[in-house]
Amino acid sequence: MNWLIAILQSALFIILAPLLAGWLKYCKCRLQNRKAPSLLQPYQDLLKLSNKQPVVSEQASWLFITAPYLIFSATALAASVVPLIVVDLPTSASADVIVMVGFFAFARFFLTLAGLDIGTAFGGMGSSREMTISSLAEPAMLMAIFTLTMTASTTNLSGAIAHVLDEGLVLRPSFVFALFALVLVAIAETGRIPVDNPTTHLELTMIHEAMILEYSGRYLALIEWASQLKLMLYGVLIANIFFPWGIAETFALKDLGYGLLAILGKLALLAIFLAIAETLVAKMRLFRVQEYLSFAYLLGLIGMLSHIILEASR
Amino acid sequence: MILFSAYLAVLLSFASGLLALTVNQRHLLQTLCNYSFSTLFKNQSQHKAWIDKNLELQRFPAFLRQGVFILLGLSGLFAVIAGLTVLISKQVITDQLPLGLPWLPWHIRFDCLSGFFFLIIGIGVFAVSLYGPGYVRTYKEHQHPFASLGLFTGLFVAGMLLVLLSDDAFMFMIAWELMSVASYFLVAFQHENSANRRAAFLYLLMAEVGALAIILAFGVLASFSDGFTFNALRESKLSVTWSSIAFVLALLGFGMKAGIAPIHVWLPEAHPVAPSHISALMSGVMLKVAVYGLIRFCFDLLSEVQWQWGVVLLILGSLSALAGILYAMMQPNLKRLLAYSSVENIGIIFMVLGLTMIFMATGHPQLGVLGLLAALFHAFNHALFKNLLFLGAGILQHQTHELNIDMMGGLIKKMPQTSLLFLVGCMSISSLPLFNGFVSEWLAFQTALQVDVLDNGVLRSLIPVAAAALALTAALAAACFVKVFGLIFLGQPRSHHSEKAHEVQNKFMLAGPALLAGLCFFIGIFPSTIIHLINNTSEQLLGQTLPNVNALSWLWLAPVSAQQASYSPPLVLIAALIAAGICYSYFRRNPLTTVRTAPTWDCGFGGLTPRMQYTSSSFTMPFRRIFAKVWIVDEQISKETKGAMNQEVASVHYQLQVHDHSWPHIYTPIAQGVNDLARQVGRIQTGNIRTYLGYSFVTLILLLWLIS
Repeated sequence: MNWLIAILQSALFIILAPLLAGWLKYCKCRLQNRKAPSLLQPYQDLLKLSNKQPVVSEQASWLFITAPYLIFSATALAASVVPLIVVDLPTSASADVIVMVGFFAFARFFLTLAGLDIGTAFGGMGSSREMTISSLAEPAMLMAIFTLTMTASTTNLSGAIAHVLDEGLVLRPSFVFALFALVLVAIAETGRIPVDNPTTHLELTMIHEAMILEYSGRYLALIEWASQLKLMLYGVLIANIFFPWGIAETFALKDLGYGLLAILGKLALLAIFLAIAETLVAKMRLFRVQEYLSFAYLLGLIGMLSHIILEASR
Repeated sequence: MILFSAYLAVLLSFASGLLALTVNQRHLLQTLCNYSFSTLFKNQSQHKAWIDKNLELQRFPAFLRQGVFILLGLSGLFAVIAGLTVLISKQVITDQLPLGLPWLPWHIRFDCLSGFFFLIIGIGVFAVSLYGPGYVRTYKEHQHPFASLGLFTGLFVAGMLLVLLSDDAFMFMIAWELMSVASYFLVAFQHENSANRRAAFLYLLMAEVGALAIILAFGVLASFSDGFTFNALRESKLSVTWSSIAFVLALLGFGMKAGIAPIHVWLPEAHPVAPSHISALMSGVMLKVAVYGLIRFCFDLLSEVQWQWGVVLLILGSLSALAGILYAMMQPNLKRLLAYSSVENIGIIFMVLGLTMIFMATGHPQLGVLGLLAALFHAFNHALFKNLLFLGAGILQHQTHELNIDMMGGLIKKMPQTSLLFLVGCMSISSLPLFNGFVSEWLAFQTALQVDVLDNGVLRSLIPVAAAALALTAALAAACFVKVFGLIFLGQPRSHHSEKAHEVQNKFMLAGPALLAGLCFFIGIFPSTIIHLINNTSEQLLGQTLPNVNALSWLWLAPVSAQQASYSPPLVLIAALIAAGICYSYFRRNPLTTVRTAPTWDCGFGGLTPRMQYTSSSFTMPFRRIFAKVWIVDEQISKETKGAMNQEVASVHYQLQVHDHSWPHIYTPIAQGVNDLARQVGRIQTGNIRTYLGYSFVTLILLLWLIS
């Protein structure tokens, strides 16, 4: 039963990810006084891409063709670890939050290698920038998450979220810092403004797009889907760690329904915030990203220290 | 029986060294063989044919090389057997050998800790012995004699094994020096190059300074006890001050060998210039012997550890880890890069050992055990993947005659098997899930996250900072090895050599790395196999085991308790296979969507050349800018202009050199100081015989006065 729910939940996670991307696009369009595409547009794009004949460069090696499958699988595994609508997941026990960060690293490793595979300047540029940003973002993310895991004294995400739920509404300074750190990291890691612009086609500012420039057809579909999944994953992490109320604690059908509604509401709200931020803020220069990310790192560290100094039991 | 196989391992490595010496004694060997066979066997025609065939002038060198490496491989095999049996049976075996001075026999002790490091050395030596014959074939006999390479390799391995067996300070130091000096000759093997000679001298110098520090550390202990056997040293009662002095000396000595920053400078010089299979042994295995020495000294000989020592180790380890990986990232030379990455990994091991000390000294032995487990496991993993990567670098050098990663590229198509093995190494060292490097890093994080149990405020805030440094290190390591794999194997060939490269013909050269890569993956999936063995070690060394041994099944890894943290690599692997299978079959369902190949998109300008690709220095340029203070960066751009008014740029030269801060700030002042001191001493050397007679007279009077 547990495993069935876990598998269903991961499937739901994967299926809902394009919807979140569609909703985000919708909000942005409305904010910018444009006519919005349908909410289901990302699904149609994915379908179209997966039915097209992929064109691959003559320079490509087996790694280029395998990488999209690996990237998508690793991101999907990361998603299966995160509680979406119900807390008690058996998958969270087999891979804790450090492993989840490891899955992200795994996906990124192959994405950047795929960028280098063709041997164009764009691919190398994208890979180099992606590695720079992520190697600064990953420790910041771990710091934010360690604050949570030390409070709950478990690295199991289900357990940690259940702990926050049990404690009720307590204002912890460490959580405030960790929340801000995680938000900053999420923006950087999912390639949103002000770090990267997902809609850019201006070569010199591209990061994520530069790496996947050579992909087409089903490979592009997989990578696009994986990045939508990653966006949703960060959203769920922020929503369920810091505002876990509403998530189902039992497998009763009613609770599950409420859990689904709650997470949909929370994600919709987060997407609106993100859309507003993306509309108001301009993209940063590449070499200011380090200041941005070291700020996130610092916030995470302060969060951790304030947990240790102010909140721990002795 | 266990001890017998351990001795056999040592003797076989000696034998392989001695056999290598006979490379110039073909005739002697021939007559010897003929004589012995004719006396032993009656029907000698068959044997004689065999001997004659193998001792022919043409075949003899290859035959001997194989013989030497077979003996070395057997030595590795017996070391593995000895290590495994002692780890499983949890025995402590002691023995005395009537060697050395008559009243000072060599004391031997073989316990779980030695056994674990025997296992590490055995695996490394075995892999190298598979790889070696093919690799050394290219050396010209008159320029690089095989006799010296084989002899010193054998002595080097024997020295390392003897260090682990020794149970008194004398034998320890003799074995230690055997290891250091033999490896000096191996570093100086390609001595026609002056840079190599300089590197070897630097290595010898630092190894000897380190050995002096170790002798002094033993001396401090010995002055509080009767005798130099480890048993006597264990009994010594030291005040905190004296034991701290002993600890600092031991840290200096063993840290210098292990390559902890800032006393690491010999390592990136010496490791790249040795032959690749020796670099693999030095980086993968010898550094572990230094880690063994530190663990033996601190946790076994010094009875009480202090938490302050743990803080020192923690800080030094974090600094080395960060500095190591940042310097590694900037190296265009593959072996130099790998050597700096060893500094990083040793830093991680020291960091976790520091955590162990802190937890042990503050009365949380079970968490101390967790730390020791993470440290030993990381040492084991590092031995596997660093050996693998160095052997891979050797194959690359063998096939492309290059070590500069800016000159490679596109090798994944030319050398598919090597590239796969190298990829496994890169993924393990970048600590990606499903590989062994991830498990030890996971354990290290779990140890650091237990900081809540401590009372001391300084420690409570220091350890999270160290965890943050560890997280940054891991992320930077991933970036560094993406660069390595991406530039070497992917893209288009950047030089003529790598365009013409092909897969290595000798299958044994691939077998060694393949064995290591297989182990990296196997241990990444079933880490409990090794963790059980380490648990036995910590039971013997610290008298404690993991709190939750029952949770350590083959499927689950839950070092503290299942509620707190658990990781199940087999389940993750199954899930990954299912996920990849589903998306593969889903997207393969439509037969119309077969892949079409086309030229790379070139923005419509045409003519993409390999020179347009990113290089090592351009890939790391953002890092160079962000962490600018870490290195001494010497960047020079010179433009040549031509045409009217010098408006047109004819050519641009870009030169980048990245230097280590420790040279101008630590080593050059020391060298200067030594020189100045020598000049001061030189003043009394007037060269005048009367003055010298005066000195002798004064000394004599002084001594007479002293003894009267």
